[in-house]
Amino acid sequence: MKSLWKMTWMEAKLFLREPFGTFFTLAFPLMMLFLFGSIYGNEPSPLFGGRGTIDISLPSYTAMIIATTGLMSTTITIAMYREYGILRRLRTTPVSPLVILGAQVIVLFLMTAAGMMLLLLAGKLVYHVQFEGNALSLLAGFTLASLSFFGIGFFLAGIVPTPRTAQIVGMVLLYPMIFLSGAGFPRELLPATIQKIATFLPLTYVVNLLRGLWFGEAWSQHVTDVAVLAVALVVGVLASSRLFRWE
Amino acid sequence: METIVQVQGLRKTYGATVAVDDISFVVHEGEIFGMVGPNGAGKTTTIECLEGLRKPDAGTVRVLGVDPQQEGQTLRLRAGMQLQQSNLPDRMKVWEALDLYASFYPKPLDWRDLLVQLGLEEKRNTPFGKLSGGQKQRLFIALALLPDPQLVFLDELTTGLDPQARRAIWDLVRDVRARGKTVILTTHFMEEAERLCDRVAILDRGKIVALDTPEALIRALGAEERVVFHIEGNLPPAFASALSEGTRLEVQGERATVYSRNGRQVPLVVEVVGLLSAQGIRYRDLRTEQPNLEDVFLSLTGREMRD
Repeated sequence: MKSLWKMTWMEAKLFLREPFGTFFTLAFPLMMLFLFGSIYGNEPSPLFGGRGTIDISLPSYTAMIIATTGLMSTTITIAMYREYGILRRLRTTPVSPLVILGAQVIVLFLMTAAGMMLLLLAGKLVYHVQFEGNALSLLAGFTLASLSFFGIGFFLAGIVPTPRTAQIVGMVLLYPMIFLSGAGFPRELLPATIQKIATFLPLTYVVNLLRGLWFGEAWSQHVTDVAVLAVALVVGVLASSRLFRWE
Repeated sequence: METIVQVQGLRKTYGATVAVDDISFVVHEGEIFGMVGPNGAGKTTTIECLEGLRKPDAGTVRVLGVDPQQEGQTLRLRAGMQLQQSNLPDRMKVWEALDLYASFYPKPLDWRDLLVQLGLEEKRNTPFGKLSGGQKQRLFIALALLPDPQLVFLDELTTGLDPQARRAIWDLVRDVRARGKTVILTTHFMEEAERLCDRVAILDRGKIVALDTPEALIRALGAEERVVFHIEGNLPPAFASALSEGTRLEVQGERATVYSRNGRQVPLVVEVVGLLSAQGIRYRDLRTEQPNLEDVFLSLTGREMRD
């Protein structure tokens, strides 16, 4: 227990010392918010059922943070720890691999949550966004979505040979997904064919679920989203535990 | 003397390559046991089988009374390991690494004391990535000593260090033994093995070709003592004929070498210097060369060690 706590604290410090992760998790979503906020404002629009662009974008940007930490931070960190012999070094000690991975999950989850809190705070203060859902529900949906994306990240970490490949694979998956799933800007703006492609992207279900919960929709309206993310989570955990390599 | 490590018929192959070919040895409590040999001799594979990081294809390995494959956890609690290729995150500070690793053990030593003993106190807040090679190695030794282990593994500890840093590390290893711990190390520096180890196993192509104290290995070789000097011009024939029985002279340009069997009554250097001054021969850079482990390796394998 003591080692899990120390490890988590250490990983949190390392995460914040690494400019890449900090920027994309904490700063970049805020920049997106202010960029689109300054272009469109947050006036009610019939396209979004009487809500403003920022109202509709906050849950989407949250999905974007989840995808970034899941596909980039997780994958690169694990691949790097393996490549540079950091895992090898840990393997000479009695520490359990579950502590190593557990600390990663906790830190990434807390950083993702911090990214979301910053967004909510800025949205509230600057654009007076309205939150119509239940906070606990949103937290539950956020947790499910984050964990299933970390699962995908650990799975990718298990198959990429080097940190460099991890970075490339992460980006190749991340950027199209952000733009096509509605995480980067509202999906309503995209043509119908692209919206069809989006149904194959796991991030689409994160966007759907978080948007729904944000606007107070019931869980029963999001059975598909929950099912897809739950399956991704289970498959991710099983596959990554089989693929885990110390070196 | 208690046996700390017992290896019997250890064998490990990677595909068609036989890395370790049926080797056996024991390590006793409180000794510095070295494995020495060129790159690819099988040292690291052997030490990693002892550490439980690699699974032997055949043979039995007992370390601190346990099988490293079966009871790796017991071993990792009681042995400290420094690996040839391992790292810490670049942005982790020295004290943070010690503090983190200390949390893995039930009764770790106080890492603040280790920091002082290993001369890293000034580097306490330095990130790992900013340490020099020698400082990194010292930190790894500190991490290996954290569990207050009975046994310490050091794999290629001084590779890539300058001679001064290497000597400082040797002193540290001697300190570790002085605290009653057993040390198993690998090196491809013959000099390091000779100066540091109580017993040395010489490995070549996966086999142990010799195992004894460095002194005994050199004595068994019956190698020749040498005196080397430089002359200006030619060495007069009178010099060669005046040399005593059992010596041999070799001249290459300005460089002359006199060989002699060990165990003579008058030291060879006394005889050579005496002759040179008696005959009024001008010479410079005279030195004696004792046979060393390098010569042992050469005579056992017919090849030179290469760094």
